[in-house]
Amino acid sequence: MNQVETVDHLATPLPAGAKAPDFELPSTPGQTVSLAELRGQPVILAFYPADWSPVCSDQMALYQEVLPEFQKFNAELLGISVDGIWCHLAFARDRNLRFDLLADFEPKGEMARAYRVYRANDGTSERALYVIDAEGIVRWSYVSPVDVNPGADGILRALENLGKEGAS
Amino acid sequence: MSTTDWEAVLSVPVTEDRDHIQGPADAAVTLVEYGDYECPYCGAAYPIIKEVQARMGERLRFVFRNFPITTSHAHAEQAAEAAEAAASQGRFWQMHDVLYENQRRLRDQDLRAYAEKLALDVELFDKDLAEHVHAARVHEDFMSGVRSGVNGTPTFYINGTRHDDSYEVEALLAALERAAASQ
Repeated sequence: MNQVETVDHLATPLPAGAKAPDFELPSTPGQTVSLAELRGQPVILAFYPADWSPVCSDQMALYQEVLPEFQKFNAELLGISVDGIWCHLAFARDRNLRFDLLADFEPKGEMARAYRVYRANDGTSERALYVIDAEGIVRWSYVSPVDVNPGADGILRALENLGKEGAS
Repeated sequence: MSTTDWEAVLSVPVTEDRDHIQGPADAAVTLVEYGDYECPYCGAAYPIIKEVQARMGERLRFVFRNFPITTSHAHAEQAAEAAEAAASQGRFWQMHDVLYENQRRLRDQDLRAYAEKLALDVELFDKDLAEHVHAARVHEDFMSGVRSGVNGTPTFYINGTRHDDSYEVEALLAALERAAASQ
């Protein structure tokens, strides 16, 4: 029996220095967000497994709370999961989230796959963070165990480091 | 490495001048809680902390810092400011306790009633809350938590390092005793 070996192997995300794959996904019924249109400002991608699950909710609530700090870096925060747009809408309304949640819904998980954080067995993404610079280059990525809220500290550090290295 | 790992440690050390502290400065262990007065998990932790304090006595120093998640808890910010307003009148812990013992009653009129009950200068208390005199302090606590890796409430630090284990009485007590022994 090999079942004891079912350790949860976390995905390896795209490394710092990689070109961030472009995407265009719905954020509300009738609106989409693309990476290309955000060129010129840092972008934070917060992939999470599902709307409504307890850890996700805490994580997104925390990011809403820290949003003004992200905005000090002129950074755009995007939450991404495979949930559909109506689910996102209800979730955002219920939890008072005022940043965009993108629906990686059709083709399902395409964006998560492009960013190498799709969990094929679960049909969801990893709980993964990316900080992309104003030129569309990945500057920091992190995959957290699915049941662990990674907090906001790593994102803030990465945004600070953009400032330090940004002149190059 | 494409992923960066870091140890979650307290970014702002405990200071006697600034922090709300119970227990002696030279205690063997310092336990810091980042908490939200409206968070049910913090409410559940409240009697646990009391028990741990009773059992460790003078060997434990307990510190409380604000981490209101207003996105989820509409009254958390005002409650945190109420505790700070009480602190400015020398009654932080009394207010802290009243708030955790009445987590479902944190509307403005409730806070005012607690201020009266604690014999605070209610006029000053009202003014502090209306003008958000203590909002900056609450936010300072919040950001020190964010930078220390607080990822939900309550989050505990034992001698400066995040306690990721359970905070049930026995688990917390064992972790505190381990930290005390390694001093």
